[in-house]
Amino acid sequence: MSDAHHHDHAHSDASTLTDIQKRVKALESILVDKGLVDRKVIDQIIEHFENKVGPHIGARVVARAWVSSTFKQSLIEDATKAINGEADFAEVGQHLIAVENNDEIHNVVVCTLCSCYPWDVLGLPPVWYKSAPYRSRVVSEPRSVLQEFGLELPKDRKIRIWDSTAETRYLVIPQRPTNTESMSEAELARLVTRDSMIGTSDVLTTTE
Amino acid sequence: MNSIHDLGGMQGFGPVGLEDKEPAFHVSWEGRVLGLQRSILALGLWNIDVFRHAQEKIRPIDYLSWSYYERWMHTLTATALERGLFDEEELRTGKGLSDGSSIAQKKLTMKDINKAFLRGNFERVGDSEPEFSIGDLVVTKQTYTAGHTRLPRYARDKLGTVIAIRGRHVFPDSVVDQGSEDPQWLYTVEFEGCELWGEAVDPTVSNLIDAFEPYLSRP
Repeated sequence: MSDAHHHDHAHSDASTLTDIQKRVKALESILVDKGLVDRKVIDQIIEHFENKVGPHIGARVVARAWVSSTFKQSLIEDATKAINGEADFAEVGQHLIAVENNDEIHNVVVCTLCSCYPWDVLGLPPVWYKSAPYRSRVVSEPRSVLQEFGLELPKDRKIRIWDSTAETRYLVIPQRPTNTESMSEAELARLVTRDSMIGTSDVLTTTE
Repeated sequence: MNSIHDLGGMQGFGPVGLEDKEPAFHVSWEGRVLGLQRSILALGLWNIDVFRHAQEKIRPIDYLSWSYYERWMHTLTATALERGLFDEEELRTGKGLSDGSSIAQKKLTMKDINKAFLRGNFERVGDSEPEFSIGDLVVTKQTYTAGHTRLPRYARDKLGTVIAIRGRHVFPDSVVDQGSEDPQWLYTVEFEGCELWGEAVDPTVSNLIDAFEPYLSRP
């Protein structure tokens, strides 16, 4: 890339941002004026996605599956039904599918066509999940992509790449680390990271 | 349509850019765009498939240059204009010049805000029986359409195995092309990596997609 190009690019980025801000404001004002959207509702939606939903929800689901084989079984049969049947979990949408990692199979989730992601258990997808490098490469060269996340799988581990091409959503149940028998469900939940539920990394082995 | 959104299997995009402690939104207008998108979808005038197809119609050079929420902004604006939610003059002035209640009755309010958080149910129960069973070998269709499809290019005209039946779902292709739900059986189909990527691929890899019945036939 030449210096001149780099310069132009940086410049156009800066002006686009201001322009975008104005245009978003205009779009919102028009729709509010017409009585089609409510600003308070938009505030609340932002609040929900910034502060309420996130990977901590999925982490609690995974931890429960680790401590209760009955729950894990129901989760694999019908994740939506299993989660919505637990009094202390918030309601999730239909057709959530849980896929379990074990010593033979490692599961990874992608949406090559857009950005389908289980928002109700993981929150908003990270930028990398929606980006061209991840969406293009993880289906055809998963091991090199997983290495970028620091995940080295055994050479004979089977890798299943789930492309979310319909209104189904996938949640990976990572493997429970060894030597965690004495940990409570709440402690276990703290080991479960967002990326481990997408399948691009392992869980933590300690909460420290 | 065969555009840049259909990224699976392309090369040359470089490493995945990871970010530590990523915020929900990187700039505040992104949140406004998300809120607008949820609010507009809740009006019930078009669904997520129409929104997705509008993104697919973004010029490839723009698709790759714009950020995710920039794409959403352009898509929301273009679709709203196309569907008569507002007109060019309103867009130019940034003011709604007429009341919108004749356009949509179902404004999202604080009372039913949960609709903005929970994904809708796209399953439609009906009389038809699924054509395929678990374990069946299937071939995906080859297609070249200007319309909408959820069959990615990398998985077209390939041999796979049905591993799950997911119910009878709204068919995105018909939603966009005909404005009808036209529910179809939905299957998870698994392909061996070498069927999709040739001998170069790691033999431990398999790929799965959710495929609607019209995408499938018997080998």
